[in-house]
Amino acid sequence: MKVTRETIQHVAHLARLNLTETEKERLTSDMEKIISYVDKLNELDTSGILPMEHVIPIRNVLREDKAEKSYDREKILSNAPLSEDGCFKVPKVVE
Amino acid sequence: MELYELSAHELSGLIKNKKLSVVELTDTILKRIENIDSSVGSYVTVSGVEALKKAGQIQEKIDKGANLPALAGIPCAVKDNMCTEGILTTCASKILNNFIPPYNATVIDRLNAEETVLLGKLNMDEFAMGGSTENSWFKQTRNPWNPERVPGGSSGGAAAAVSCGEAVFALGSDTGGSIRQPASFCGVVGMKPTYGAVSRFGLVAFASSLDQIGPLTRDVTDCALVLNAITGHDPKDSTSAAVEYPDYTRALVNDVKGLKIGIPREYMSEGLNPEVGKAVMEAAAVLEKLGAVCEEISLPITEYAIPAYYIISSAEASSNLARYDGIKYGYRAEKFTDLLDLYKQTRSEGFGAEVKRRIMLGTYALSSGYYDAYYKKALQVRTLIRKGFDEAFEKCDMVLGPTAPTTAYKIGEKADDPLAMYLGDIYTVSANIAGLPGLVVPCGFDGSGLPIGMQLIGKPFDESSLLRAGFTFEQNTGYHKLRPGI
Repeated sequence: MKVTRETIQHVAHLARLNLTETEKERLTSDMEKIISYVDKLNELDTSGILPMEHVIPIRNVLREDKAEKSYDREKILSNAPLSEDGCFKVPKVVE
Repeated sequence: MELYELSAHELSGLIKNKKLSVVELTDTILKRIENIDSSVGSYVTVSGVEALKKAGQIQEKIDKGANLPALAGIPCAVKDNMCTEGILTTCASKILNNFIPPYNATVIDRLNAEETVLLGKLNMDEFAMGGSTENSWFKQTRNPWNPERVPGGSSGGAAAAVSCGEAVFALGSDTGGSIRQPASFCGVVGMKPTYGAVSRFGLVAFASSLDQIGPLTRDVTDCALVLNAITGHDPKDSTSAAVEYPDYTRALVNDVKGLKIGIPREYMSEGLNPEVGKAVMEAAAVLEKLGAVCEEISLPITEYAIPAYYIISSAEASSNLARYDGIKYGYRAEKFTDLLDLYKQTRSEGFGAEVKRRIMLGTYALSSGYYDAYYKKALQVRTLIRKGFDEAFEKCDMVLGPTAPTTAYKIGEKADDPLAMYLGDIYTVSANIAGLPGLVVPCGFDGSGLPIGMQLIGKPFDESSLLRAGFTFEQNTGYHKLRPGI
């Protein structure tokens, strides 16, 4: 499958990445090679085969709707790049 | 042997018999790190002050006559993708270069319950993506057996540290071979437990359906001791398996009579370095002489494991790494125009090239129009891979083969060809895809003196059989006693 610069541009936007010109070139070429390689999977007949998302039978873990101890606010904010008044400070989200 | 070269069980004996103090042992290993780590580069963070303090507290308990766990007083280190409260946890990435977790990973709590001494955090490929530790934002770890060679990856720091006496044992993580391959390259024992056996709570997620934490140790006995400490159901991890976990030290029996071992013909074919192949077949012969029955089997889907792996792991990684947005923790770009640009600049400046490559691949595979062709297809192939092993396990108890197609290659040799790097995972990824346990045990050296490890893959939750085979092999050979001599 051909990977074009447009594809790279689109996928980079979905992945929230800004790519330099050099990166775009490099990635177009790398992805092209890798995608061609993984196209190999089409050699296998998988009709009727169920996709396996998890290797062990697991179910969602639920608990009682009881308030339990949470983390100390100071501790959580200590890693914030920018904080103010007990909140994470971010650029304007809504116009 | 030097103090820092002994195994955990040997040191434990000395500590319990009061022949060695925990403080003296911890100090010896910290000095070892001070002497050689500027050359080896295993550590990102050494927490020496905290380690000595903890050592003193443990020694006090011993002096008071307390009955302590098997690994009490043993200095260890963990890969830098496991959250350690109050200690920098970076995943060897710029985007987390200043991140100090406010909580411990479950495995850290379990090591603390064992009264071990945490020495620090170990170098790795960024976000566990890589097979050589060349993708670390901080430094290159060097193979203690030859400094121009890679230690393997992504748990390169862990394997190197255990190999050259900078930690008695380490915890690594394995998504596509990241414990087993560096164990093979550095001549130590490495195990990836069955998926679900070790809690992933506090392990920075790479690929949620593939990641597992596991031990890197000097011998199989130590591996069993560490497994006892870290396995077990954890209510904080919804993928943790609620099964019975045995005492793994009961598997340490020198007997493989009647054990059925399958050697896949697809593993022993072209692409495998002949010296590696020879060492692995000689190891199989040792086990056969001791009563195991080795037979050639077929795992025909083997060649499809790598493409399936790279789609599944990249897709899951693209989801898991979406959280790194510069908002609540980690690196935030300084120059940006609006919120969207903050995200893009932060991530572009914070992530390395390999991480970006995998995120792009994963995003592509999951995107509208491609999801069925790539991600869904890969999951169907996953079912086939698991089926292949289930069928093999009807005829044999475990699968034996090489861990990697080569021994440790030169730093820089594969850096320009990501696909070539990916192909090195051929023998390890299937175990992650199928969720099976895998044990690597040193079994020889190549002509340049570089270590070779054989890999045993077992039935789900049958780590005990793998340990028994590995222990028997060790008791009848001597590779686990050799050290790199730096």
